[in-house]
Amino acid sequence: MKIKNSSELKNYYENLIIKTSKREKRTIVLSMGTCGIARGASDILNSIKKEVRKRKLHNRVEIRVTGCHGFCEVEPFLIIYPQGIFYCKLQPADVRQILMESIEKNNIIERLLYTDEKGKKIIKETDIPFYKKQMRLLLGSNRFIDPANIDDYIAQGGYQSLSYVLGNMQPEEVIEEIKKSGLRGRGGGGFPTGRKWELCRRAPEFPKYVICNADEGDPGAYMDRGLLEANPHSIIEGMIIGAYAIGSNYGYVYVRNEYPLAIHHLNIALQQARDYGFLGDDIMGKDFYFDIEMVKGGGAFVCGESTALIASIEGKPGEPRAKYIHTVEAGLYGKPTNINNVETWANVPLVIKNGWQRYSKIGTETSKGTKIFSLVGKIKNSGLIEVPMGITLKQIVFDIGGGIANSKRFKAIQTGGPSGGCLPEAHLDLPVDFDSLSEAGSMMGSGGMIVMDEDTCMVDVARYFVNFLKEESCGKCVPCREGLSAMFEILTRITEGNGKHEDMDLLEEISFAMKNGSLCALGTTASNPVFSTLKYFRDEYIAHIEKKRCPAGVCKNLVHYEIMSDACRGCGACLKICPVSAIQGEKKKPHSIDDTKCIRCGECFEVCKFSAVRRK
Amino acid sequence: MVNITVNSQIISVKEKTYILEAAKKQSIDIPALCWQPGLEPHGACRLCLVEIEKSGRKRMVTSCNYPVEEGLIVRTNTEEVVKTRKIIIELLLARCSTNKKIQELAEKYGVTESRFEKKEEDCILCGLCVRVCREIIGKEAIGFSGRGIYRKVTSPFEQPPQECIGCGSCAFLCPTGAIKIENGLNMRKIAEINCEIPLVFCQYCGRPIAPLRQIEFLKEKTSLPEDIFYTCAECKRKNYARRLIAMSSKR
Repeated sequence: MKIKNSSELKNYYENLIIKTSKREKRTIVLSMGTCGIARGASDILNSIKKEVRKRKLHNRVEIRVTGCHGFCEVEPFLIIYPQGIFYCKLQPADVRQILMESIEKNNIIERLLYTDEKGKKIIKETDIPFYKKQMRLLLGSNRFIDPANIDDYIAQGGYQSLSYVLGNMQPEEVIEEIKKSGLRGRGGGGFPTGRKWELCRRAPEFPKYVICNADEGDPGAYMDRGLLEANPHSIIEGMIIGAYAIGSNYGYVYVRNEYPLAIHHLNIALQQARDYGFLGDDIMGKDFYFDIEMVKGGGAFVCGESTALIASIEGKPGEPRAKYIHTVEAGLYGKPTNINNVETWANVPLVIKNGWQRYSKIGTETSKGTKIFSLVGKIKNSGLIEVPMGITLKQIVFDIGGGIANSKRFKAIQTGGPSGGCLPEAHLDLPVDFDSLSEAGSMMGSGGMIVMDEDTCMVDVARYFVNFLKEESCGKCVPCREGLSAMFEILTRITEGNGKHEDMDLLEEISFAMKNGSLCALGTTASNPVFSTLKYFRDEYIAHIEKKRCPAGVCKNLVHYEIMSDACRGCGACLKICPVSAIQGEKKKPHSIDDTKCIRCGECFEVCKFSAVRRK
Repeated sequence: MVNITVNSQIISVKEKTYILEAAKKQSIDIPALCWQPGLEPHGACRLCLVEIEKSGRKRMVTSCNYPVEEGLIVRTNTEEVVKTRKIIIELLLARCSTNKKIQELAEKYGVTESRFEKKEEDCILCGLCVRVCREIIGKEAIGFSGRGIYRKVTSPFEQPPQECIGCGSCAFLCPTGAIKIENGLNMRKIAEINCEIPLVFCQYCGRPIAPLRQIEFLKEKTSLPEDIFYTCAECKRKNYARRLIAMSSKR
């Protein structure tokens, strides 16, 4: 069935709404993004299906499988509509009770509800503090949408922005609208989207291409995956609007192959959009052709860089080239190409729908709208969050994230992935927007946020990111390739206790050369983790180098374990667990560790019930 | 023609040329290892960094692939440029600590010792060999494999390259002498790219002329008489001389 114009879409939408309002069935919404599946949501789904069959509830209940809603910490969870009861941390065995109590009867099962910090039980998902402090313009509709069903998206008002644009706006007006909204690229660069579109529209050559960059590779970041899995049509709609504004007829989505579910959902969504006439010839009755092809990436981090991504689509090795001639002038196959990130495209229908005035009210002076972050690490509530720009790091970590897990102390927050930096406690009041984060020596990046506690060694963190980048750099230019490997050698030396005082200057010099001399953004920003830790956590470097000590107790060569004889009861637990028999002692008498035999595995430290083993 | 200023010297250059070419014509020294006239710029060695100023804004770019524009101001030796360049050279010197050519280059730009861990590589991955093979010869016998620190120049799947004609352009352009040609009794060997190709000998004197595949390649490209391909340069000269003498004695 093709929807040929805006009135047909309106009719279709109204029919969907009427159909839903007449529905008397309960809906069980099960979050089944990659995160949910990893936590066992498939088993829950199977039990629900089995129980529904067994109890003959077909006429009373409907199951909707959605993508990730955001609160990954308490997964697997489900919501029962219309009441909106939220049951979390489920086991397959809980399903029977849920169907008996909450579907067949109308009871609420207290034990499966979310419990907040004060021990209060919360019934509705929207009342949970994690969600309450967010502004979920993009992620909010995830719970209503089965990504494999275009009708769910249309029922949420989907494709109406496209219909409005094609029916009432000239391409230039669309660009103007996006420019006024202040939308900036969400992939990390923060380039004004409207301006990019304008430059691409003005480029004289033909054909033009639009590309969606879904090659998300930052460790610990999964914002784009969340969107692709949960709401692929919002991205497709954004791309069609963009293509119309730019004057392009061909689109690509470049997805990394490591996202099989996202690829699956996107494939279904693209086919459905074609079937409904949103892609292909004469879209919405307008003389406008546009179609999207999906390209799967081969697993190189550097292919998230726009020119490397283009090379990869062309079938060449994914290596960046100089961007002195920008991709909007000469990109894919040498033709004008507009690349935007998944989240940027998903924002486009929103801007059109709400109008630039409303959109630009959200956020700060220079950064408008909301931003999705993946909040991970040593935090209580891990998950995908969507917040207005300008919110402080403190609000994110403590109000939304619920603070540090296991009552440890906050130490640093790493934003922007491997190219970002680590910010200390003193910077927690920093507003989260493109410019403030860059000024502080980190960056917004695509939205990874890794929270670190007092047990994290910052030198080790810097070494981790440098190691990641040295493997993932394409290796084309000297400063990035050789600089990273030199940095890695120096950082390894420091964490092994062989660091010299000059090493810190050396690291800074390499950072300088990489920042100035590298070919692409991967190289110019690769030194950020080192540079920012040197700036904010210099004392830790000094402790490693001068005192040969790792304050966080992470670097194996610099850690010593000893047993405090006054606390040791001689239970023998450590003696039994030590893999190298470095612990001696008689029963019920204080034990001791032979430091020359000790391999610093930390097993004794973990196993001691009396906190008699000390790490220093 | 556009006018640009290089180190406060105004020069007029053709449109669509790159800063480095323009500067070379004025004998302004900018080091570059991965640049070669006739090949597409690659921008990998980063030694040709210069500072440019455009509408009051300064930044560093590689001169080998930055196209000239009217009014562009270029400075090739600012403090930042020199500092960055020196560290890059120092990094290269660490990679190729025993390579003569790199040692000479380092010395020229004031780097005597590398403070980084030393390795004994010869190849600097400038890609001249790969590009000359693809862009000039029209073959793709060699390429890069691996990424990051594992990147290297090699033949496809590290097997003897079927495409290689043994012409030796790669070795000819290599700035560090990392690719070497060995002419054995019957074979031309290029060990770095796993290549071994039989040689063709002069039909008159028996000297080696060129690898068999190169001769076949040239035969395909040109329509010259067969005889020419199997005669060495020396014998061709002698043959001509003989013919000239014969012609002149007839008169």
